[in-house]
Amino acid sequence: MPMFLREASLKRHTVLDLLFRNLTRVSAFGVLVLLAAIIGSLVVGSMPTIRAFGFGFLTSSDWDPVNDQFGALIPIVGTLVTSAIALLIAIPVSFGIAIFLTELSPRVLRRPLGVAIELLAGIPSIIYGMWGLFVFAPLFAEHVEPWLNDHIGAMPYIGPFFSGPPMGIGMLAAGIILAIMVIPFIASVMRDVFEVVPTLLKESAYGLGATTWEVMWKVVLPYTKIGVVGGIMLGLGRALGETMAVTFVIGNAHELSKSLLMPGNSIASALANEFTEAYGELYTSALIELGLILFFITFVVLSLARYMLYKLGQREGQAT
Amino acid sequence: MLSLYTRRRIINAIGLAISMLAMAFGLFWLCWILWTLLEHGLPALTPLVFTQMTPPPGSGGGLLNAIAGSLAMTLVGTLIGTPIGILAGTYLAEFGQRGWLAPVTRFINDVLLSAPSIVIGLFVYEVYVVHVKHFSGWAGALALSIIVIPIVIRTTENMLRLVPTTLREAAAALGAPQWKIINFITLRAARAGIITGVMLAIARISGETAPLLFTALNNQFWSSNMNQPMANLPVVIFQFAMSPYEDWQKLAWAGALLITLSVLTLNILARVLFRQKAASH
Repeated sequence: MPMFLREASLKRHTVLDLLFRNLTRVSAFGVLVLLAAIIGSLVVGSMPTIRAFGFGFLTSSDWDPVNDQFGALIPIVGTLVTSAIALLIAIPVSFGIAIFLTELSPRVLRRPLGVAIELLAGIPSIIYGMWGLFVFAPLFAEHVEPWLNDHIGAMPYIGPFFSGPPMGIGMLAAGIILAIMVIPFIASVMRDVFEVVPTLLKESAYGLGATTWEVMWKVVLPYTKIGVVGGIMLGLGRALGETMAVTFVIGNAHELSKSLLMPGNSIASALANEFTEAYGELYTSALIELGLILFFITFVVLSLARYMLYKLGQREGQAT
Repeated sequence: MLSLYTRRRIINAIGLAISMLAMAFGLFWLCWILWTLLEHGLPALTPLVFTQMTPPPGSGGGLLNAIAGSLAMTLVGTLIGTPIGILAGTYLAEFGQRGWLAPVTRFINDVLLSAPSIVIGLFVYEVYVVHVKHFSGWAGALALSIIVIPIVIRTTENMLRLVPTTLREAAAALGAPQWKIINFITLRAARAGIITGVMLAIARISGETAPLLFTALNNQFWSSNMNQPMANLPVVIFQFAMSPYEDWQKLAWAGALLITLSVLTLNILARVLFRQKAASH
């Protein structure tokens, strides 16, 4: 090939390299633009309510579309309470599942069982919602809630949380359905972080005569602490933003009640139920501000989760 | 007083028994949900479901327009999201060693990966639906594509990182320019993994309801115009399941069974495909 042709081809490739590199760079940058656009559009959309109510929006429990009075307290409380119930149930169960999958399960079953748990995570949330409404809620109302009323409802301090009409739907039911939904997320992160524990460390503990439980509790868990917390936060992020599963069973009532058996509302379910029917600028804007609040909360939680998981990843990098 | 040794053994036995119970607990819900779906969904799953439109309450019908709408929006959403995701993932894996952009993008992407999907619906409503002043299939597809992007970015980056550096160095030593190395060597080597990621993304969006509520809305009739409100399975299921009409609820169960089966099939297929590829290495 003559000299000038070779140079031309070199030049062409340099240009193509540059083009390709910048094309990928622009796409990566697009993710940041996307985030900025999401936050920006939500802020712009919620401007009317921010101007009308200011910070009072966060602490007011009014929700009166007729008189244009809006406050986010009830959905925020509902979101936090249902997520807290979900985590209370999901953390111990996920820990158990992760122990089972990393230490106890026979080797043949380990993969199929792991996949089964991941499939539980793959089921669309609307299915959980439907199942919750048609199958779980009636059973819950018939068998569990009367029992709660009779046995815990009369207790001092915690009693008021568990007394109320057995309707099946309500905050407690929503929390339980959420728990079933986040268990697979938390369990698979826990399993993955348990697997980064060096075998040497575990075998040393076993060699000193520790039992399986002691190895998990005193060696594996302290070693993977950050990762486990990260996994839990990841589950929390899911639970906070979950829409359909909650919408079906929470009851969608804009009421603040002490009892967990009463219907309530969460941010996501308020949006799902009311947004398309919202009339007037302020109503729509109030719902968009709810979305902004939800995005902010989940963003903080998920950022913390990722930060913790990175930390664990870094330590793993140092150890090897 | 028990000896220390016995006590430790008892604690161990209790702990392990509880962990087995936890595993059984997890599987129990999976089985129960699948059982319910089959129990209610199979009787409702008649051939009419695939040939008739969604009916008004009180008369027979099917889900044809919803199935078609879901397929169309999933397809368009995937087609928009996948290329962007692959390009951005490539940047993170191949060019992201230096500078601030890659670590920040990686972090934001991981956060977006589990961001609430209803907020994404709200976003598309704000930037698109408000301006064109009507709900449309395009808006739905756009919302779905925003969910696809982070998933594809994550898997593309992970898969490219698994490709040995020696492969890149060998190609570079033969004089291949970088764009050729990435397009013809590394991306090709990571192909199975990336396809797996895309399949998982499709599985995820085909069941998403929340982002479609404010974007595609619903349409009771056949619509092949993506610029109009478009029927789709998840929203139809939501609407029909919440309704008091028994024949609507029946159709909702049929739709729920259809969605779950396709999502689970995609999930399992993706795993099998990836495993075969991994085994052959």
